[in-house]
Amino acid sequence: MALPPYVGPFDRTWHYVYLVICASVFTFLIAPILVIVPLSFNAEPYFTFTQKMMSLDPDAFSTRWYEDIVNNRQWLHSAKNSIIVAVFATLIATTLGTLAALGLSKPVMPYRSLIMGVLISPMIVPLIISAAGMFFFYSKIGLAQTYVGLILAHAALGTPFVVITVTATLIGFDQSLTRASAGLGASPTTTFFKVIMPLVTPGMISGALFAFITSFDEVVVVFFLAGFEQRTIPRQMWAGIREQISPTILAVATLMVIMTICLMTVVELLRRRNERLRGIRQT
Amino acid sequence: MVAENDPLVRFIDVQKSYDGEILVVKKLNLDIARGEFLTMLGPSGSGKTTCLMMLAGFEPATHGEITLAGKPINNVAPHKRGIGMVFQNYALFPHMTVAENLAFPLQVRGMSKADTEAKVKKALDMVQLGDFGHRRPGQLSGGQQQRVAVARALVFDPDLVLMDEPLGALDKQLREQMQYEIKHIHQSLGVTVVYVTHDQSEALTMSNRIAVFNDGIIQQLASPDNLYERPENAFVAQFIGENNKLLGNVKSVNGQSCEIEVDGGGVVTALSVNVAGPGERASLSLRPERVIINPEIGSCPNVFDGRVEELIYLGDHIRTRVNVCGHDDFVVKVPNASGHAQLQEGNTVKVGWTMEDCRALDIYE
Repeated sequence: MALPPYVGPFDRTWHYVYLVICASVFTFLIAPILVIVPLSFNAEPYFTFTQKMMSLDPDAFSTRWYEDIVNNRQWLHSAKNSIIVAVFATLIATTLGTLAALGLSKPVMPYRSLIMGVLISPMIVPLIISAAGMFFFYSKIGLAQTYVGLILAHAALGTPFVVITVTATLIGFDQSLTRASAGLGASPTTTFFKVIMPLVTPGMISGALFAFITSFDEVVVVFFLAGFEQRTIPRQMWAGIREQISPTILAVATLMVIMTICLMTVVELLRRRNERLRGIRQT
Repeated sequence: MVAENDPLVRFIDVQKSYDGEILVVKKLNLDIARGEFLTMLGPSGSGKTTCLMMLAGFEPATHGEITLAGKPINNVAPHKRGIGMVFQNYALFPHMTVAENLAFPLQVRGMSKADTEAKVKKALDMVQLGDFGHRRPGQLSGGQQQRVAVARALVFDPDLVLMDEPLGALDKQLREQMQYEIKHIHQSLGVTVVYVTHDQSEALTMSNRIAVFNDGIIQQLASPDNLYERPENAFVAQFIGENNKLLGNVKSVNGQSCEIEVDGGGVVTALSVNVAGPGERASLSLRPERVIINPEIGSCPNVFDGRVEELIYLGDHIRTRVNVCGHDDFVVKVPNASGHAQLQEGNTVKVGWTMEDCRALDIYE
């Protein structure tokens, strides 16, 4: 970024200071995440860089902690739990959130802001309060320490994301498309699947990914509602740090970072595809 | 059995209210003939779009009955009415190509793939977009999108097509071109069109008949020439075309003609169309192009002195504002023909008009 020629020495200095500040903030945010990646390849069972690692000795690196994940039944079990819970919670959250957003976007909807507020409250209320409430309620009806209970709880946490992203997609939605579809002879069901769904799919998928990630790294509700049998990856990591300080959790963390990056890439690609479909040209 | 010359659409005593108190449409009775191009014309809020929405099925009628081809359709869902519709903002499906948009109404009707393709191609050719099938609506200009919308409303061969201000978003030149195109499509297909607009020149250009709406009532239903030349009330006279309005009191009514004492002084002999009777208020309607400058003596019963206030040169005619009978907004269109009257601002000239060109109507505020 070249500076215009009329810039004085003070502005010039400030420009470089500004760049340094930006870089520092960026480093502050990203360094703790990046540092675990090389550490997860540590050949020694430590959480620090060894002398040999610093001198880039190939012997100091190994994939033993990754092998440990695969060979450890507890890790595999919690990975399976995480995936099952996240997938079902996401399906429920996406379905309910999309339908809620469609309803809330109708011009005739009464008490719109009130209902919207209630629906997104799980995002605003401190998690510990939701979790405690769910614990007492689910215990009463026998859902505590079950998969169903955990899935429902995570679905409630994920729904606000879907409601928000789908509502945002619907802001640009032309309601006369629904009328046009009916005018052309399509039943309301056909209209939903052929016209409305394709146009809100990007919003649904972004919301679904947020819901999935929320469930995948959620630990507070899991503490309250999950028994040993329903232990998820974050819960297992927490236990791993408390009980057996092993770099395996660094390997797990690295895998989770990679997974998150992949999911976010999907979101971005979908957003671009959506813009292209709507004929919005990239500027 | 529906006879061929029965009306395709009938509105019978239709009323519509959105809030249960104010009637947006008041007691509408309207028959639309098969193959007709009928325009609902009126200012915004006059009830014309509401009528169209009731016919399409997107708004229920509060009272009365609407029939299509002899069958009542009040309780028929919009998607079962088989009516084509063109919206003001085109309402093309942005996630489908042009060809997919056109195929949509055929697919929901279960038409075979080969038939669908043939019909889509034919419809695209009709609107001169034969090569645009693979484009998406976002890649087309406004005029092209509107053509696609028209083709999509016609592709499934409906008996009736509704158009809700379809040219409102286009610029003037394109609008005029599209007016002719839609008119030609209507003529070649013989489909019945109900067209809503607030643009009177659009209505005059395209329609077989025009229903002028105001205040939830059809003020006049007539062919374009009748509407322009023989308005039946002061609203229609003012809404359609340019109009000189002179207010006054009715002095006497003698059969077809009447004498009106104009407020600013002078007595005008006019055609008695819609006057309450002697002593009542009336407005005179007179088209600017029907006023004669310096008429031959004895050629018209109404001759007055006028002071030329303003001259505006418009190429084909000169718009001349004259002060006549105390009304200083009296406009005369002087055609720019060879040997036309040379006027100067401040001149006093004789202006005259015949009895038939001056219509005595009710008062519209």
